Amino acid sequence: MQIKKLLITAFLSFVSFASFAEGIDSGDTSWILTSTALVLFMTLPGLSLFYAGLVRSKNAISVLMQCFAIACMVSIAWVVYGYSLAFTEGNAFIGGTSLFFLAGIGRDTIAPDTTMPHSLFIIFQMTFAIITPALVVGAFAERMKFGAMCLFSLLWFTAVYIPACHMIWGGGYLADVKDFAGGLVVHLTCGVGALVAAIVLGTRKGFPSSPMPPHNRTMVITGAAMLWVGWFGFNAGSSWAADGLAGMAMLVTHISAATAALTWMTIEWIKQGKPTLIGIATGMVAGLATITPAAGSVGPEGALLIGFMAGTICFYATQAVKGVFGIDDSLDVFPVHGVGGIIGIIMVSFVGVQGGFLGSSAGETWIPMEQLLIQLKGIVVIGVWTAVATWIILKIVGLVTDLRVSEEEELQGLDVTEHEERSYDLV
Amino acid sequence: MKLITAIIKPFKIDEVREALSSIGVTGLTITDVKGFGRQKGHTELYRGSEYVVDFLPKIKVELAISDDSLDSVIEAILSVTNTGKIGDGKIFVSDLSQVIRIRTGELNEDAL
Repeated sequence: MQIKKLLITAFLSFVSFASFAEGIDSGDTSWILTSTALVLFMTLPGLSLFYAGLVRSKNAISVLMQCFAIACMVSIAWVVYGYSLAFTEGNAFIGGTSLFFLAGIGRDTIAPDTTMPHSLFIIFQMTFAIITPALVVGAFAERMKFGAMCLFSLLWFTAVYIPACHMIWGGGYLADVKDFAGGLVVHLTCGVGALVAAIVLGTRKGFPSSPMPPHNRTMVITGAAMLWVGWFGFNAGSSWAADGLAGMAMLVTHISAATAALTWMTIEWIKQGKPTLIGIATGMVAGLATITPAAGSVGPEGALLIGFMAGTICFYATQAVKGVFGIDDSLDVFPVHGVGGIIGIIMVSFVGVQGGFLGSSAGETWIPMEQLLIQLKGIVVIGVWTAVATWIILKIVGLVTDLRVSEEEELQGLDVTEHEERSYDLV
Repeated sequence: MKLITAIIKPFKIDEVREALSSIGVTGLTITDVKGFGRQKGHTELYRGSEYVVDFLPKIKVELAISDDSLDSVIEAILSVTNTGKIGDGKIFVSDLSQVIRIRTGELNEDAL
């Protein structure tokens, strides 16, 4: 009798557990679990190595530290308030406090409108929140104080990334903008933030007359390669499912990367006489940034076009920011991510329509010119918000501490002055 | 005794080592150095700008020898490092006043 009761209880618990888990698709969940790892890999160590290789050896540690520290800070902030303010219902610009500290999220909670655990959706989105402020590091590399950078990045994540995420992906004011994986949320925000930060902080000592070439180009392309692979999680994971959308997103992401890389390399070869490693790597990143908002709607032919546009337009943008405007966006964040994001967002209107010009033949339809106006609205709102907020945050941080290291410290290098560490202990 | 300091092109180091071994030289020290003489630097590209890198990689070879091996050592080094092109390098000969073998305390000629 006892054993029978036990067996019935066990059977019933098993059944109720199973029905709880009915909403979860294991295929989708597996893919997004993997995507999360891939996107974190983009920051740690993909972007970190890419950036570290691009700066001078005396600043390599400072860049690695900055990316790592941002990853840690944003992770905590996301759990404490970030996810809630981004993805719960609030107003048009910001979410609510109902999920502060992820209250009530348990092992079996399912993320709304998805087939994955809520915990997974939270950490998947977290990896996007991490890489966005980390990208901004490229603008102020080699001259910003570590403490100031930490404070700035946390405030910037809070006042720029979270609202942008809420407006576009959290059902806010820009919910009608088509931004599949972050052309506005990630690339335009970090691009404009970088531009403003570069202007406010000022140029590096010796810019533009002294050449400041990368100290380790091998490291740069290693990091870039990690970004390429990781981006499969970034774009294909944004389908939130293991399905045809993910497959096509992965395919078009890859095509855009390869096309933009070759385009950039070719332009360089013709213009400057030699194809360079830095050029092909940067072109690749531009291609990936540009396809990001369009990965969910564009087809292979569309990806070829977008990759070509990225390789061309971002190339000339890179020359212009430093050469024409004299802005020391040290690692070219705005011309690659900002401009790339803008191109992709605009092109979504035309290249992604179902059955339309170079679309992926699946999904929703929209009227190109109508959607273009919506996309432009997105660009303007996010662009202006980011610029103003970034400027204000820098001014606030500047009241608490110096933003820049001293001239003497800048010449010595941030590794030894900010961290008392040497990147390479050779001889 | 003499101290020979030779600045040579890096790819010549293996040939120099073999040439010196074949005439009985038992030890030498090499250092990676940078420098220039009449050989101009080369240009590199970054973001579309060309910049000149003046200092070229070289290897510095140092060896202590007895006075009577001077001519054969110089001949051996010259025979393998002369390519006829600018940048082959230079050999400096300086007088050596004392040599001590650390392990045994042997001095001068006995320490070579």
